[in-house]
Formats: sequence, structure tokens, C-alpha cells
Amino acid sequence: MAKQIDALMKVRDLPVGFTAKPGSTLEFKTGDWRSMRPKLDRGKCSYCGFCYIYCPDGVYQDMGKDEKYYKPDLDYCKGCGVCAQECPKHCIEMVLEEV
Amino acid sequence: MAAKPVGMEVSIAVSEAVMLCDADVVAAYPITPQTHIVEHLSELVADGKLDAAYIPVESEQSAMSSCIGSSAAGARTFTATSSQGLALMNEMLYRAPVLRTPVVMVIANRALSAPINIWNDHSDIMSVRDAGWVALFAENGQESLDMTILSFRIAEDPRVSLPLSLNIDGFTLSHFIEPILLPTREEVRAFLPPFRPIVKLDIADPISIGLLGTPESYTEARKATDDALTASKQVVSEAFAEFKKHFGREYRVVESYRAEDAETILVMMGSIAETAMTAVDEMRDRGEKVGIVRLRLWRPFPVEEFKAAVRHAKNLAVIDRHMVLGVPDGPVALEVKSFLYADEVRPNISNYVLGLGGRDVTRDDFWHITERAKQPGAGQRPRYELVGVME
Amino acid sequence: MRAAETPFEKVTAKTFPKGPDALASGHRACQGCGEVLALRLILKALGTDVIAVSATGCMEVCTAPFPQSAWRMPWIHVAFENAAAVASGVESAVQTLRRKGRGPDRRIPVIAIAGDGGTADIGIQALSGALERGHEDFIYVCLDNEAYMNTGIQRSSETPFGANTTTSPSGLKSKGQSTWKKDMPAIAAAHGVPYVATATPAFHLDLMSKIRRAAAIHGPAYIHVYSSCPTGWRLKPELAVTIGKLAVNTRIFPLYEVLDGRYVLNRRVEKPVPVADYIRLQGRFKHLKDEDIAVIQDRVNQEYERVEKLAQAFPVEVAQAG
Repeated sequence: MAKQIDALMKVRDLPVGFTAKPGSTLEFKTGDWRSMRPKLDRGKCSYCGFCYIYCPDGVYQDMGKDEKYYKPDLDYCKGCGVCAQECPKHCIEMVLEEV
Repeated sequence: MAAKPVGMEVSIAVSEAVMLCDADVVAAYPITPQTHIVEHLSELVADGKLDAAYIPVESEQSAMSSCIGSSAAGARTFTATSSQGLALMNEMLYRAPVLRTPVVMVIANRALSAPINIWNDHSDIMSVRDAGWVALFAENGQESLDMTILSFRIAEDPRVSLPLSLNIDGFTLSHFIEPILLPTREEVRAFLPPFRPIVKLDIADPISIGLLGTPESYTEARKATDDALTASKQVVSEAFAEFKKHFGREYRVVESYRAEDAETILVMMGSIAETAMTAVDEMRDRGEKVGIVRLRLWRPFPVEEFKAAVRHAKNLAVIDRHMVLGVPDGPVALEVKSFLYADEVRPNISNYVLGLGGRDVTRDDFWHITERAKQPGAGQRPRYELVGVME
Repeated sequence: MRAAETPFEKVTAKTFPKGPDALASGHRACQGCGEVLALRLILKALGTDVIAVSATGCMEVCTAPFPQSAWRMPWIHVAFENAAAVASGVESAVQTLRRKGRGPDRRIPVIAIAGDGGTADIGIQALSGALERGHEDFIYVCLDNEAYMNTGIQRSSETPFGANTTTSPSGLKSKGQSTWKKDMPAIAAAHGVPYVATATPAFHLDLMSKIRRAAAIHGPAYIHVYSSCPTGWRLKPELAVTIGKLAVNTRIFPLYEVLDGRYVLNRRVEKPVPVADYIRLQGRFKHLKDEDIAVIQDRVNQEYERVEKLAQAFPVEVAQAG
């Protein structure tokens, strides 16, 4: 699933000074590291944002005032389970990732 | 242009040149014999004559680190050091070229310890010759000032964008008072364009600098740096030509003195060439066909220009100011021999190491070396001759 | 005399910055990394109108493998021991170019980020120099995960007593690390800098407000951030935040500020959780016996009391960030 890093470049194609563009790790999907996946029970969600705040990988996205919940971007979620652990309403469950 | 030369210590002339170039940041740590340069720079800042930040760092390691940061942030950046200070910078010296940060550094060349010794030789710069910096050598006071101005122009040229070291012999050049023509700020400004970095920490266009190079990219990153360094030779020559137009003084990457018809050529770098010229004049008066080829540009090594300068000689006496312990040749001789190896006709090359740790280099030494270089079998000697060693 | 401080907006639950992270996803930090969580929140508090400097270490390696970078602001890494010195150069350049009309005409904070090894061991000289020189817009953050994790969990001077690391192994004649943590905040404060603070991502508003204050203050700021490491601590990845809260609530890691030398205890822990509850969650301490933990408990009591007394000695009238 993940587009893997392409560090193979010809000398003439290298950026001067061996630099990188800002935020370009987005090209590297870390979702395939995951063995467990967060499963949300939106019925219990109080829209407190702790999942969003405490996610080390910043995968939760604010779905806005109408939807009132945060949705994990599974392209990047590594499945650490911090969100489930910190959710005060226990509305996130870590379930086995099915391939 | 000031009509008359002014008597001035060479270190002061270098600092004045940095002021004339309107450097933005100076980060330096005191070490003999570089001190007069940075002392005078801090005075120039304190007096408001140079509008720069002077960072009195706590070590040379931090000096070079600060310089890399400053240069990457878009500031014209200068430092100076010697010997152990250069050694302490070592790790950072290898990083600056790959990050393409055009820091200008004057090295008041001094012997590396041990034993601890504050006097002149070239062991400091030779210990970092593979780091990827452009390296120039000055012979006298005027050259030191001129090369300082040229250093910023060369290093900051967008086609180069590499750090540059200007080597001036510690004490025997740095502390001498010489007649020096000082250009005006306007003249320098007309010659030296503003610094426009090609790699920059810029809020408006943020990039990341200093990335991890895995086996997939490390080789290419090193090659790209080597390509840039190799290509800088052309820019050096162009800058010298441009300098002549502005200031009238002419410099070449390889300098020759009475070498055109010489049978024996003495190869050297730095201020001992002044003494050598006197010796060559004396020997010429006695009919000796001897001359000097001096490397002004040490990195990138000007192979073609060097070969052209020595091609006709019967004997090459390569003079080193540093010993490569465990190897029978000095560093300059090692390289010269390797460059000439594939040539069908090559001179007899013999190697002489002298002037270590501040030991005087005299006219007699050059007489002696010339005699030795002419001897049959000089090119087959198994190792260098350590001139004047007491064994 | 208080150092000058530009007004700054504290981070509250209501004002929590919801925009895109200043540290992008796709970095290679371990699952449940408390250090990258700290980094993400720190950068979120600052935004992208800053220049960041990293020391070599986990955060540098996992955020910037060529040809990619997670950093959305200008960022530079040069070496392990010199983040403070590189940041000094950047800061001096930014100030000078502003003065000379060749850079943005506003304050641009320069933040140097290093781990505990890059701060308390190999980088302490460069840090000391930078703090002493008084750089105006200079923030230094130590992300303390209590060992050299990037090279494989070797002990540092910030490894806690009793912790098993690959160079402080427990054994028949060893209880693991034999020394107590070097007090880096006190060392930083001894330089007379205007701002020193401790923080943890588990108390995220406190952490982010302290970073904002560090940026607002004129002069060097040092923030020591507790950063859990599931790999090196043998800690379940999901406990990254839980362990941080426990570190504070056991009094192991008190949250305080030092404002111009005056200590402010931000979070008084009235009923501390026993240290054993913290220790027993981590495999690095699993060899410790109850009597070893009692020794640690004694030390924690003493250290907390010391900070508390320092805070009592300096009744500070200023509003605390935390």
C-alpha cells in the first residue's frame, strides 16, 4: 500500500546541498507498520480531541463542528494505541489489522 | 585605491579586508597565531566600523558549527583558526561542503601537536585536505589581503557555494608588518557582489538541510560535492581575472617564478617562496637554471595548470611542510607523483620536508635542495629528505 | 529584575492550535514514541515562523531521511554535539540580517532540539556557551528519553538510577545505572538565563504554553522535556502519555519554571502516587527489588522537596505559563 521512499537519484538530479522539501515525509506512508487498528465508536465520542492531541504521528483529522469527531488517517497510523488508551470515553478500540 | 602602501601587520590587513567585504557574522575562538585577526575584527565591530555579529564561541567546534548555521541562514560568514583549533573543527569541516555553506576561513598555519608547538608549518591544513573545502595559499601581505577579498567572491559564487580556507603561514606571514595597498569600500563593493545563497534557511521558502544519506544516496551526495569542488577551479581563475581588472594585480592558480626555462623546479606553497625567490635569483646569477612553481590553489588541485608549469623540467624538487607519518612522501609530493605517473616523459621527482614547527627556512636550504634534486638517481630515492634533521 | 517578555498567548483547551501540524506525518519514529509526540506538540505551539535546528539523534534520523523531511519550517541538522552552536549562528545571522535590512523585520525564534545525550553529555559545552552568550531569540529544548536510544539504548548522564541499559546492564554485581540523573535544568538556570522550564507532552497545554513563553522571552530559554521511549524503556507503546502523567504524579518529574533564577512549581502534587507504580510499568527496571525501589522513592521525595523549597523561597508574582 505504501509508496516507498525513493532515495535513488542520479548525481545530476540531486537537490543542491542535499536538501528536502518541507513536510515531504507525507510521501512515506507508515500505515503498513500497523498490526492493530483503531476502531471508533462515534456514538460515545465527546469530541474532546485527546486522540488528535496525543497521537505521536499526528494522524487524527478534525472532521469539524458538524461531524464532531476526529478521524484517523490510516495511511499513517502505526497502530500504537495511545489514542485508545487516552480516550476518556473509551470509544476507541484497537482491533487486529486484517490484511 | 590608496595611492601608497601602508605598513601594516598582515593579520590586521586580513581583518580590514573582512571589514571591507562587509561580513555579517564572525564566530571565532582564540588560538595562536590566529588571534590578531579575530581581535582586530572584534575591535572593528566594537567601533561600529563593521556591522556584524561577533560570536565569541566557547570552542572551535562551536565556531565552525555557528559559521555553518550563520551561512545557511544567509549571512556572509568569516572565521579564523590555527592548528589544534582546525583539528577541533574537523567533524564540521567535512559537513560544510556537502551542505554548500560558503564560510570563509583564514588559517594562520601552525604545527599540530604533539609536542605542543605554536609555530608555523602546514600540518594543520594537510590534516583536513580531503574535507572538500576550496583551499588557497597566500605568499605575502598584499596577497593575504587580496585573497581574503577573493575568497568571499569565490566561495559565494552560486556556481561554487562551498567553504573556502585561505592559508597564511603563522607568524612568518601573519605577524609580519608589510607594505599593503588597501582598497576602498567602494572598490571592494564593485568587485564583490552581495551574498545570495543558493541553499538557505528561509521562512518564505522553507527547506530542510543536513539530511540522512542512506547507502542509496550517500555516494551520489559525495560525488555531487566533488563535482562542485572540481568545477570551482574555473570560477577561481575567472575571479582572478576579474580581480586584475578591478585592482590591477594579477594572480594565477599556479604561479611560476623564473621557471619557464628551468631545468630544476622547486615546488612549494606559502610564504617560503619569498625566501626561495631570493635564493633562485642568487643561483640564476651563477648560471643555475632553477625556478619556482608555487601552488596558490591547493584544492581543487589544479592538475592541468601544474603539469603545464613543470612539463619541461628535468628535475622537480617538491617541498613539503608536513610529514605523512608512516608514508615515505610528503602530501604534496604524493599528489604530484601520482598526477605525473601516467605521463610518458616525467621529471625526476624528489621530495624535501622542512620548516616543521617553525624551524627557519633559509636561502641555503634552497641551494641545498637544488643540488640534491639534480643528483643522479634523485627521482629513485625511496623516501623524502628531512632537511636539517639532526640524526 | 524580570527579563523582557513579549505578550504571548497561552495554549488552552479552547485555543489549542488545530491547523496542520508543523511536523508532518510519515516520519519513522517508533510506534508510541513519546519523544516525537513532544516534538509534534512543541512545533504545533510554535508554528512555522521559526527556524529549527536539530542535533543528531532519533528525532533527526526519523524525520529527515533523504529525500524527505517532516519539518515544515526551515530546518538544519549539522552534527550531534553542536545544536546550540549551530542555532547560535543561525540566530546571530537572522538578527544581523534584520538589522541590515536584508531579512524579515520581525522576531524569528530559533529553536535548537537535542536529546539527553546531545544536551547533557556531548552537547553540554556548546549549550553552555550559547546560554552564557545570551542569544536573544534562542530556545533550546532537551527531549530527554533517558539514554542513547538512536544508537541502541546506551546509558547517558540522564539515565535514571537503576535503569537497565546496554551499557549499564543489571547483573550479579550491578543494579543497572548506578548514578542519579544530572540536573540539567539547574545547570541551565545557573547560567542566569531568563527562562528555564520542565515539561512533558502528557501535560500538553503546560508544555505548549511554556514553549510559547520561551519564544516570547528576550534571551535564551531552556526547556527540559520528559520524553518516553517504548523501545528503550521496555514500555507498552500505548502508555506514552500515561507514563508521562505518572512521572509527574509520582513527583519523579516535577513541572516547574525558573524565571530569572526564581523557581515556580507549576503543579503541586499533593497526594503522590508511589514510585513503584511508575517503575513496574517499565522493563528497564524489572530487575529492581522492593528495597531498591525504596531507595529511589527516598531520592524522589528529597528532590521534590528541594524544588518545592526553592519555589517557596521565591514567591513569584508573575503568572506562570504552566
